[in-house]
Amino acid sequence: MSGGSAPGTGHTYSVPELQNIAKELRRDIIQTIYTAGSGHPGGSLSELEILIALYFRVMRYDPKNPGWPDRDRFVLSKGHASPGFYAVLSRAGFFPREELSTYRQLNSRIQGHAHPMTPGVEMNSGSLGMGLSFALGCALAARLDKKDYMVYALLGDGECDEGEIWEAAMSAAHHKATNLVAIVDRNRIQNDRFTDDVMALDPLDRKWRDFGWRVMETDGHDLDQLLATLEKARTRRTRPTAIIAHTVKGKGVSFMENNPGFHGRAPNAEEFQKAMEELA
Amino acid sequence: MVAQRKMASTRQTYGETLLEMADSFPDLVVLGGDLNVSVFTHLWRDKYPERFFDFGPAEQNLVGVGAGLAASGKVPFVSTFSVFGVGRPFDQLRVLVSQPGLNFKLVCTHAGILTGEDGMSAHGIEDLSLICSLPSFTVISPADTVETVQAVKTAASEDGPFYIRLSRAATPVVHDDDYEFELGKAELMREGEDVTIVATGVMVSVSLDAAEMLEAQGLQARVLNVHTLKPVDEEAIIAAARETGAVVSAEEHYFHGGLGSIVAQVIGGNHPVPLEMVALQGYSESAKAEELMVKCGLTAEKVKEAALKAVSRKQ
Ligand SMILES: Cc1ncc(C[n+]2csc(CCOP(=O)(O)OP(=O)(O)O)c2C)c(N)n1
Ligand SMILES: [Mg+2]
Repeated sequence: MSGGSAPGTGHTYSVPELQNIAKELRRDIIQTIYTAGSGHPGGSLSELEILIALYFRVMRYDPKNPGWPDRDRFVLSKGHASPGFYAVLSRAGFFPREELSTYRQLNSRIQGHAHPMTPGVEMNSGSLGMGLSFALGCALAARLDKKDYMVYALLGDGECDEGEIWEAAMSAAHHKATNLVAIVDRNRIQNDRFTDDVMALDPLDRKWRDFGWRVMETDGHDLDQLLATLEKARTRRTRPTAIIAHTVKGKGVSFMENNPGFHGRAPNAEEFQKAMEELA
Repeated sequence: MVAQRKMASTRQTYGETLLEMADSFPDLVVLGGDLNVSVFTHLWRDKYPERFFDFGPAEQNLVGVGAGLAASGKVPFVSTFSVFGVGRPFDQLRVLVSQPGLNFKLVCTHAGILTGEDGMSAHGIEDLSLICSLPSFTVISPADTVETVQAVKTAASEDGPFYIRLSRAATPVVHDDDYEFELGKAELMREGEDVTIVATGVMVSVSLDAAEMLEAQGLQARVLNVHTLKPVDEEAIIAAARETGAVVSAEEHYFHGGLGSIVAQVIGGNHPVPLEMVALQGYSESAKAEELMVKCGLTAEKVKEAALKAVSRKQ
């Protein structure tokens, strides 16, 4: 995998093995946020299986050469959910796991919102709505450079309130960016409340379809379904593909699940204990 | 030696002040962008749901709708974090709000590096520069909660676009409860004739500490709280330059286009004297607010050093 143009990550994990990785990384997420005393657990836990499917089966990349020109690109547009991303990147070999404990600390490479100073991070983030435009730029560059890499952008559902998402959507279809895949982490919660209370998004599938995209839906935690959907998204491409991944915010920790209160707050000592017990 | 001050949250004060104004300003409406708990407008949202609108994270729309409400006789208070409320909808603020001079109030929290752990994209270090470049805006950067209450009430009472800049972190209270805020008039917080420290926002408290340290070294520093950056109190700044012969500006903002630039314009055009700027030199990073203040040199020690340097440059 390293160096040349060999496709794939070299990972051949089975689904049960991926599920074990998910369990391990959920603990990393909780530990990372607890150590920092701040961060965004909800969206980190909801996105996790999506990232695991991408990084441990679907995408080709070289952690020893993060800038490898032929790599598939992943763009975390919902940059606050960086702890989930960092857990995956370190597990994939981009940087040592010990660095997770420096998250949000002075002089760290592991910033509060994902920033390209971290190996494996493509885009600076933290201001919602920008990632799909950036991903489209990466996708168009592949065409110019005659490369066959794919570009995956992960969007929050609250993030889809931003107009720029829909400007990017319209233009991606117009420019026929068939190597672009937008994945919406549809956990139905944003910063303050449930998306239905802040800004109703449904019917979300029709919105993407009407903007000229091929639309797929999947359970965002079921790795079999996710892998099948991501595989399908790579084939028979005539339009950009949107995958609506139905997820549970805070997935895996009972008191965080579907709880808007854990969008952007660290667990306290007692909650940390309880979460780690549940994830043991 | 350095004063111990009570800490209080200006953003919480903002949310509470809005509630106080609900009856006296029947046209007041509040607009938010999915950060209402963080900016404390959830207090208003839950009490006056019919006078509240949430647009989610969609700041261009947020400002555009606010402009339409203002043009229809409402008094919109639009609130989110400073990076999202100033940067993202800048053109809407320029064309829809500033150019027609609408009665529109933008109150943003989480300004500057006091936002801490969220990191550089969340640090509003350019907001004063951007918003001061919009001709119609009145710009206020309160030093504490006491000043925030009066700044918010003043913004509601006065016609035209206002920007009020608040922090995420609780900040030291430097005013007594009987303090009277006067829009556009710098507040003389400490008299002195050797040097003047012109400060705004959280740096007012830091500068008062610096003045005490200077006193211990035999220097009397005047401290001016420039809460209104636009229109700025030119008279007070010119008088400070003339009477003390050296000036230091202190702000929790990038050194381009903020208080330091404004002070430089005023003294350069009227009464040139040595000026030292204490301000941010570039982007920062994720860390605790207090740690960032030290790393970025926004400390009493650094203000003191700047004052000594300004004094040493006197002719
Ligand atoms: C432009 C912009 N406006 C506001 C915010 C503040 N903010 C941070 S996260 C968030 C909610 C995001 O919700 P969602 O996209 O659903 O994320 P998830 O549920 O996946 O965590 C908001 C409003 C921001 N980061 N950027
Ligand atoms: Mg969400």
